[in-house]
Amino acid sequence: MKSRMNKEMGEVGGSYRSYGLRVSRALLLLLLSVSCWPVYAVAAASSLCISTCGGCPCKSDKFKMRLVILEDSERVAEWAARYIIKRINDFSPGPNKFFVLGLPTGGTPLGTYRKLVQYHKAGKISFKYVKTFNMDEYVGIPRDHDQSYHSFMWENFFKHIDIDPANAHVLDGNAPNLETECQQYEEKIKEAGGIELFMGGIGPDGHIAFNEPGSSLVSRTRVKTLNQETITANARFFGNDMSKVPKQALTVGVGTVMDAREVMVLVTGSHKAYALHMAIEEGVNHMWTVSAFQQHPRTIMLCDEDATLELKVKTVKYFKDLWTVHRKMIDDHMMESFS
Amino acid sequence: MPSIASSSIVQFKNCRLVRGRTIVKDDFWVRGGRIINPEPVFFEEKVQADLTVDCHDALICPGFIDIQINGGYGYDFSSDLDKLEEGVSTVAKGILSTGVTSFCPTVVTSPSSVYHEVLPRLKRTPGGKEGAGILGIHLEGPFISPEKKGAHPPEFIQKIEGIDKVHDIYGNLDNVGLITIAPELPGALEVIHHLRSKGIKVSVGHSNGNLEDGEAAVNNGASFITHLFNAMLPFHHRDPGLVGLLTSQRINQPVHYGIIADGIHTHPAALRIAHRTHPKGVVLVTDAMAAMGLGEGHHHIGQMEVLVKGQKAQLVGTNTLAGAIVTMDSCVRHFIKEAGVTVVEAIEAATLHPAQVMGMDHLKGTLDFGSDADFLLLSDKGPLKVLNTFIGGECVYAAPGAHCIEYTQQRPLEEKVFS
Repeated sequence: MKSRMNKEMGEVGGSYRSYGLRVSRALLLLLLSVSCWPVYAVAAASSLCISTCGGCPCKSDKFKMRLVILEDSERVAEWAARYIIKRINDFSPGPNKFFVLGLPTGGTPLGTYRKLVQYHKAGKISFKYVKTFNMDEYVGIPRDHDQSYHSFMWENFFKHIDIDPANAHVLDGNAPNLETECQQYEEKIKEAGGIELFMGGIGPDGHIAFNEPGSSLVSRTRVKTLNQETITANARFFGNDMSKVPKQALTVGVGTVMDAREVMVLVTGSHKAYALHMAIEEGVNHMWTVSAFQQHPRTIMLCDEDATLELKVKTVKYFKDLWTVHRKMIDDHMMESFS
Repeated sequence: MPSIASSSIVQFKNCRLVRGRTIVKDDFWVRGGRIINPEPVFFEEKVQADLTVDCHDALICPGFIDIQINGGYGYDFSSDLDKLEEGVSTVAKGILSTGVTSFCPTVVTSPSSVYHEVLPRLKRTPGGKEGAGILGIHLEGPFISPEKKGAHPPEFIQKIEGIDKVHDIYGNLDNVGLITIAPELPGALEVIHHLRSKGIKVSVGHSNGNLEDGEAAVNNGASFITHLFNAMLPFHHRDPGLVGLLTSQRINQPVHYGIIADGIHTHPAALRIAHRTHPKGVVLVTDAMAAMGLGEGHHHIGQMEVLVKGQKAQLVGTNTLAGAIVTMDSCVRHFIKEAGVTVVEAIEAATLHPAQVMGMDHLKGTLDFGSDADFLLLSDKGPLKVLNTFIGGECVYAAPGAHCIEYTQQRPLEEKVFS
């Protein structure tokens, strides 16, 4: 039982292989259903499944949203980095089989990039056969401006690793025709075989990339005009000169990210707590665009304690109780592979 | 040492850089003899480096620049004229091991015939495997004060009289980069102005002048003080002399000043006073003479006889210092130790500041993108030590015991390398 669970911990969406196992699973579910009745209440309400106990009986193991709660943002960064490394190495990329990774910018993923660079330098991961697609970029600021997302990715990630520059895609906010640039970006993603894993963050208003409240949940890569709140928040990076702050950005759409085979959303800090609540405890709604991922077959919401502050106590307690046991299994399994 | 195709991109990794007035941990990229910015190479050219070099955590800094060096290894630029080319190339090659990648061969007060003979033959060179590059000749004299001649021969000191005479004495000035002149001499200001208009930098030195003389010279275009404290009136609190230029409020631009940091020409306390007063102006110079690199004994500088004992070189029969026999890397070490400056400040005094004096800081003296790839790999675990010297991106010197510079070809990933 334990070894099977371990195997399942290591493989997201692992499937059972024999009838005998199915019988034991049914019995286990029965046992767990007696002790874990809150699961159904929560699961039924918000269609969450927990991979540890094999999921609710009404859902297939292949489809799940996992909620991983870790102590702090440092641990979140470590987990996210290890998960990406594990996924890439398990995928065994090669010259004819690239791993396609979707990437964000901002404060939340900085720690993850740092860890990825560290592990790359230690020889644990190569990006030679990895293609990346970034989520967004400002329109109209020079590519080498220190606030551009090209600069962010260069300083924090690309310059430290062995990725082929031709495979590191970032939207060009200075393209002569922005619509064409967006269309071509979608085509490049398609040509690359679609995104295997998309890492993202969440805004305090529940947005993913620049898909701000009100964005279509089936949107594709396009030009977005930034809202006043975003522009004001950004002013401090442009010398508080409003004329220098970008007013538009190119961004992947909600639909573009939903097309990825797996999505991992990092949520850290108490200022993201309400957004997380709206993302997973309420309905799918275009005012909180990240809620669209409730309908994604394979999503991980990777959070720190502070980000759970607006969740129902019973939701958090449930996951914590479960995860105290099973987290140890997952973490040890993943952490062990690095020693 | 293997020679690399000029269009190859070389990425130096596992190193720290002296950049932007501080030490940063970053990779260092070179192509075509220049330092390049890797960001456009990544996003625009979309290529990776052709070759990488592991620097084993060395400190990379710009190559040192010595703007006052009279000779070395037995050769003197102001005499032995039939061996001039041999002398210059021996010195240029020898100083690579001291971290110098560019220098100004200095000619002291000499008869006019010497200038006419020497100046056309000491051309500017870019430097390379054969030796450090020549930035231009430094003419120290003959228009100096007889009272402050130092080790210069008094019989060849000249009065200025006019611009025409200056041209007559020197001859062709095409290869000259810097001239030291005593500003109090009648006619000096006009000459300074004239030389600046021809693109030649002017320094004040070997002077009996006071602060006003110095200020007038600076306001006419002089921008450097030749070996501060030496061969000039001493600082006095009511009559600061040329030393007062460091803080003068009556000059239109700040001056740089040369300092011989060999522990002999300048007392460490004086070194500290100068540096703390005007840290951005300090320029380390060796003022090295023919005996540098030779050891103790009799040698000559200009037209004079010199005795070397220990670290000191003196005119035979006197206590007058005859020039120095120190090397630039020693000066840098001494400056850190005695003035308590940071490694970055000491390195700037030997790189950025002399480049600024010569008006070459857009190409030399920094690790900025677009500069010539003249740089050093230093060890800073203990006193600074030159491990490797590079000119135009090519390794031209490797210290015994330093890691070999190994160029690793970028190759396809082998999966078994990663667990």
